[in-house]
Amino acid sequence: MHSPTPSLDATARQILTFVLGGQTYGIDILRVQEIRGWSTVTKIPHAPAHVLGVLNLRGSIVPILDLRRRFALEHAEYTAVTVIIVTSIVTASGRRDFGVVVDGVSDVVDIDAAQIKPAPELGAHGGADYILGLLCIDERMVVLLDFDRLIGAELVQTADTTDSAASVDAA
Amino acid sequence: MTVDLEQFHAAFYDESFEALATMETTLLQLDVGAPEPELINTIFRVAHSIKGGSATFGFTDIASFTHSLESLLDALRGGTMSVTAAVCDLLLRAVDVLRALLRARQAGQPIDAQRVADLQFDLEVALAGRSAAAPAQPVPARVAPAGARAPSQWQVRFRPHRKLFVHGNDPLRLVQALAAIAEVDAQLDAQNLPPLAALDPEDCHLAWTLSVRGPIDSAQIQQIFDWAEGDCELLLQSVPAEPAEPAEPVTPPVAVAVPAPPPASPAAPSPPAPLDTSAKTQAANGLADYGSIRVSVEKIDELMNSVGELVITQAMLTQLGAKIEGPQAEPLRVGLAQLERNMRELQESVMRVRMLPISFVFSRFPRMVHDLAQQLGKRIELKLTGEHTELDKTVLEKIGDPLVHLVRNCIDHGIELPAARIAAGKPPAGTVQLAACHRGGNIVVEVSDDGGGLDAARILRKARERGLIGPHDTPADAQILELIFRPGFSTAEQTTDLSGRGVGMDVVRRNVKELGGKIELASQAGRGARFTITLPLTLAIVDGQLVSVGTETYIVPLTSIVESLQLSAAQISRISAQGEVFACRGEYLPIIRLHSLFGVEPRARALHEGLVVVAEGDGRRVGLFVDDLLGQQQVVIKSLQTHYGHIEGVAGATILGDGAVALILDVPGLIRGASGRAAA
Repeated sequence: MHSPTPSLDATARQILTFVLGGQTYGIDILRVQEIRGWSTVTKIPHAPAHVLGVLNLRGSIVPILDLRRRFALEHAEYTAVTVIIVTSIVTASGRRDFGVVVDGVSDVVDIDAAQIKPAPELGAHGGADYILGLLCIDERMVVLLDFDRLIGAELVQTADTTDSAASVDAA
Repeated sequence: MTVDLEQFHAAFYDESFEALATMETTLLQLDVGAPEPELINTIFRVAHSIKGGSATFGFTDIASFTHSLESLLDALRGGTMSVTAAVCDLLLRAVDVLRALLRARQAGQPIDAQRVADLQFDLEVALAGRSAAAPAQPVPARVAPAGARAPSQWQVRFRPHRKLFVHGNDPLRLVQALAAIAEVDAQLDAQNLPPLAALDPEDCHLAWTLSVRGPIDSAQIQQIFDWAEGDCELLLQSVPAEPAEPAEPVTPPVAVAVPAPPPASPAAPSPPAPLDTSAKTQAANGLADYGSIRVSVEKIDELMNSVGELVITQAMLTQLGAKIEGPQAEPLRVGLAQLERNMRELQESVMRVRMLPISFVFSRFPRMVHDLAQQLGKRIELKLTGEHTELDKTVLEKIGDPLVHLVRNCIDHGIELPAARIAAGKPPAGTVQLAACHRGGNIVVEVSDDGGGLDAARILRKARERGLIGPHDTPADAQILELIFRPGFSTAEQTTDLSGRGVGMDVVRRNVKELGGKIELASQAGRGARFTITLPLTLAIVDGQLVSVGTETYIVPLTSIVESLQLSAAQISRISAQGEVFACRGEYLPIIRLHSLFGVEPRARALHEGLVVVAEGDGRRVGLFVDDLLGQQQVVIKSLQTHYGHIEGVAGATILGDGAVALILDVPGLIRGASGRAAA
């Protein structure tokens, strides 16, 4: 299901950092398609709690996910400064686009692969397999995320279970 | 300089598959015994162009096979071999093998060399049989020992096809080229020249017999006429050395105005076809000749998407324009109205690009019917009507398999054996008819046969055996016919490889339903059966009714809506804690509260405060409880599955004028879901 190479490979030297609940996170800039302001989403029925709904993104209908709920953080109000990062994951069935709601986008940072430190073991409960590593930028810790693992598994699962349910229904 | 030929491969495959389809159709049109020369020429040209293409790309296996095929066709064309049913069959098999070869090449898979070699052998045997039977044929010059450099004499019979000029060839140039290396004596054969009134100046009606003298060999002559290959009949004969004649001045062919007595040529027997035949063939091949380009489907889809976006942007501007005040407001609104008209035209044009004639699907049937009829020992005539009816490519792709299934069923179960037909007082050949036409906003495809019709008693017996109905149920006739669409139903007494795998009609019906269409069946015992499939013209756009529930807007496809009404408290009854029903035209219909199903906070909770949309799906009706009706509009269907997944009860989504996303309801899905929950 996952691509064998992590989404942040040696050639990608830039990350986009964003803030969520006071913590800074980073993702591979090459995966980011656009950054847009918050607008009201259309709710979708029977969706997991962290899927807020869908938005029209230049003609495609893409799901919008709430990373706060995914990380079990306190809920925040969506305001005009709330930001959606539109990004994509690669799954077995092709590319899937989605947007994540974050508190704010900070910066684009050049990094050196050697700077990345391995993520600490957080125990079984931490489930840190979606953390690629940790970085220190300007004395702040940045958590590098692997969206393929963090979101890929769940989105695909959502789609697959509903698809198979549909096919069982049809059979 | 090296040219990367690979870039042309795709075009070669496309053209070759198209050419093979032409060849197949033409072969099936060919009358055994009295073939039309134009048809044989068409087949020959097709084989020739595939040979040329494959040789260019170094596909030697295809080129070699086509070469054998071409030799056989050449014999047919030259009349030294007659068109028999066996030859036709051989040629049809050759088409199959060629197609398989091309597919294997395209997919980069190994070819079935044995099959190719077998058929190639058969072709050559057929050809050799002809040679043995007709040994008196003049030996073509190309197999004569080459390299005779000594002054020699040749007789060249050069009979251009009528369309020689169209392909840029000029007989004068060819003869002049020949005259440059040898002495040429040309005799004109003008016997095929039509009367002046019927003369088309763009057609070539002349032929020549050239006496060539000089130190040249056959290859050199052949080379000159290579330019006209496929556009002429050329017969090269070596003339036995004669006492040298006094050299005559080379006569330029234009000067030959005196009709010379034409030599009776045994190898050029095909008289020019009458005008109408040639026009017909040209129309048949002329589809791709000019005025069309190949465009990949993705590009068209991109175009569709962009236009969809433009429509939304335009709707947004119109909404804004309506609010603007001031001196500039009026001109702005005029401009926006103009934009709207132009947008609609643009959208329709782009939609039309995706429309293809249904002949793309129908064209596979003549061959299929031919093969099946032979296999089953039945005589079947296939009638196609309305092949030019156009429908959306997506619909077209998905309707092929159901139609194949229906036609197979007609042939396998419907049409009786010739003896049985004669006994029933019917002509021995059965008729299967495929008809397509536009009706309203839909396309209707009918598959009918004049066979035995459906045997209601047998269907009933089978349904009881399979436990589809109780042993003592006696359904009405219409319901009996319905039974064949049930999963697991098959009436074939013997399981054939044609049908009777038990996955028949239910799959057909499901496929048709997935396309948003419906299938109906009418049958008369002894007279035949008729399946009628009604399909939407396109899957990309649906007429929708916008309804509001709380803050959300949903779209109900208009085709599923029966009526909308406001309920009075007296109409509503409760059956259980959840089950609410209402009386509507003598029926009690269940109510689905959309707000509770989709988890939305509604404005109206009491049933008499909102509205009920009576919707139909899978033959059942329900009332959908909504807050309000908003309006009707055509909406462009967008997939939710591209980036998310399937949602129960939702067919897709669309983008409204203000840019917001609205979900399109899947009424049959909602009904299934509701009854599933009720049963649970």
